Amino acid sequence: MRVEVRELPFAPWEALQRYENEVVSTRYSGKYGASAVFVGTMRDFNEGDEVRGMTLEHYPGMTERELERIAEEARQRWELLDELIVHRVGELLPNDPIVLVAVWSAHRKDAFEACRHIMEALKTRAPFWKKEQLDSGYRWVDKNSDGY
Amino acid sequence: MTVKVKFFASLKEQMGCDGATVEIGEVATAADVWLAASGGKAMPANVLVAINMEYGDPNRQVCSGDEVAFFPPVTGG
Repeated sequence: MRVEVRELPFAPWEALQRYENEVVSTRYSGKYGASAVFVGTMRDFNEGDEVRGMTLEHYPGMTERELERIAEEARQRWELLDELIVHRVGELLPNDPIVLVAVWSAHRKDAFEACRHIMEALKTRAPFWKKEQLDSGYRWVDKNSDGY
Repeated sequence: MTVKVKFFASLKEQMGCDGATVEIGEVATAADVWLAASGGKAMPANVLVAINMEYGDPNRQVCSGDEVAFFPPVTGG
């Protein structure tokens, strides 16, 4: 399992490829038959307004612990080999990747369900907060869209 | 006892600071810590509480040296 909170822009597909090459494929060679991935990207619209930029605040220390707890819970519930969670903080612009969740498992059921569960748990529990920059000023995002 | 308080996001702006160190009686809950740190304001219903970086009920007792954080609903991902 790896959890990373990044202050600077990151390339999710490269991060995924690197982690699979360096960790998963060596540690679990021949064992994983299913990988499920979610990438969240910043939109330029929300609640009917154009969004110019975003600041992502978090609670250093608790963020990493909560993400690790979420991944650990998924491990208890599904047969997983490995998990990777990367999340941006700081100043973001539209099209910037926000989050990467990837899981590796022997079978697709566990991979699909665990990936989605981790993402939904992250949305409701990991201490991140979005502040949007609009033409009219700043606005804190106060709720998530429905995931299910 | 002494407890470290933290506020985040919109709550930090409303409180006008990102936290404080508060002195409080030996038997106190997270809700008591909120009252001490906020100057007696009512805690908004949607505020989340974390004690030592773990979610907790506002009625949970705190200990000296604990870090008690208050923040609005989270919106990451």
